[in-house]
Amino acid sequence: MDKEQLQNYIASRVAKELSDGDIVNLGIGLPTRVANFIPENIEVILQSENGFLGLGPTPTADNYDPSIINAGGQPVTILPGGCFFDSATSFGIIRGGHIDVSVLGALQVDEKGNIANYMIPGKMVPGMGGAMDLVTGAKKVIVAMEHTAKGAHKILKECSLPLTAVNAVDLIITEMGVIKVTAEGLKLIEINPEYTVEDIKAATEASLIIEL
Amino acid sequence: MDKVVSIEQALSSIKDETTMMVGGFMASGSPETLIDYLCQTEVKNLTLICNDTGLIDQGVGKMVMLKKFRKIIASHIGLNKETGRQMNAGETQVELIPQGTLAERIRCAGYGLGGVLTPTGIGTLVEEGKKKIEVDGKQFLLETPLFADVALLYAAKVDRAGNIVYKGAMNNFNNVMASAAKLTIVEAGQIVDIGELNPQEIATPGIFVDYIVKGRGC
Repeated sequence: MDKEQLQNYIASRVAKELSDGDIVNLGIGLPTRVANFIPENIEVILQSENGFLGLGPTPTADNYDPSIINAGGQPVTILPGGCFFDSATSFGIIRGGHIDVSVLGALQVDEKGNIANYMIPGKMVPGMGGAMDLVTGAKKVIVAMEHTAKGAHKILKECSLPLTAVNAVDLIITEMGVIKVTAEGLKLIEINPEYTVEDIKAATEASLIIEL
Repeated sequence: MDKVVSIEQALSSIKDETTMMVGGFMASGSPETLIDYLCQTEVKNLTLICNDTGLIDQGVGKMVMLKKFRKIIASHIGLNKETGRQMNAGETQVELIPQGTLAERIRCAGYGLGGVLTPTGIGTLVEEGKKKIEVDGKQFLLETPLFADVALLYAAKVDRAGNIVYKGAMNNFNNVMASAAKLTIVEAGQIVDIGELNPQEIATPGIFVDYIVKGRGC
């Protein structure tokens, strides 16, 4: 798979986790692609943390409105039934447990469901934006990411980078498979048939409980 | 009461060392006319409180490029590489705050609260130096109010009493900041007479606004 196919593969798998009526926040980058794969028989409402519900697709030349952007600063649209609000309300929705699913990327995830995704000290310090509130407040947190960083492990025994939150992740979805975070540890519950369990173990520093 | 003034009068209180809040999210809903004016003044060593540092040519990013800030308090600086460069070079002090916590700390300042308890940041670098309080068995961080000398806002439509109507997603931090500064200045895309706005659609009460400056439309 090339990078595009790989990201779409992960995004399409994440979309299967969504249920009819879910309020969902999609992070910048790969998670944004999940919107393209939401099954037609369910309706989900996308939240944008800059302040609206009912996030719609990228506008065409005809319906472009520069006052409507997503949290990544890209032009988007608002669907019928959507509404705008200020940042305090937006994060009330996020922190208050009113988001059913938060999908976001990560630099590292570990056996305890700890997540690091906002800085590499001395190198990359973009800031946490809304990520800390999202992973703390959402009912279900799905990490959607490539299994390794060009071969370097990202699913670890213990995160080494500054944490975004502790015990926050519920599910990790990569191009290799699906891993559930449980009290006993990380459970590999599904694999991409292109890979073997041994491939996945080799690409994962953390211990995996195999429950296929 | 007519709060419409010239840009010179509105911004005359911004001096070196002023702490200013600026509305907007990735420069959407930012007061570009007020920012452009400040770019042309000599003021320096300002403290900025803003969700992010915009882009190099949009929003407060334009002031970052001119090194107007001694300190920046924001949730995200990733889309303006110059902020990161100044931070790494030790030229500008940058304090990163989770976005929801930033909104609540500003809201506390405007709403007479001594602080807010949030679970966000527990177990991370954010909790350093902060009081942890347990409520019903759950841990929270005490986050304190964040005040400013001046708040600079943007709105699509404002009446002469300062009542604000936003457009699209441009509200973001504007409404939250309106109450949290000693002096609140709104750049209005359109200024209308008192009585022309439907009271139901006003998102920010005019009593929070001190000055209105005619700015660019959206």
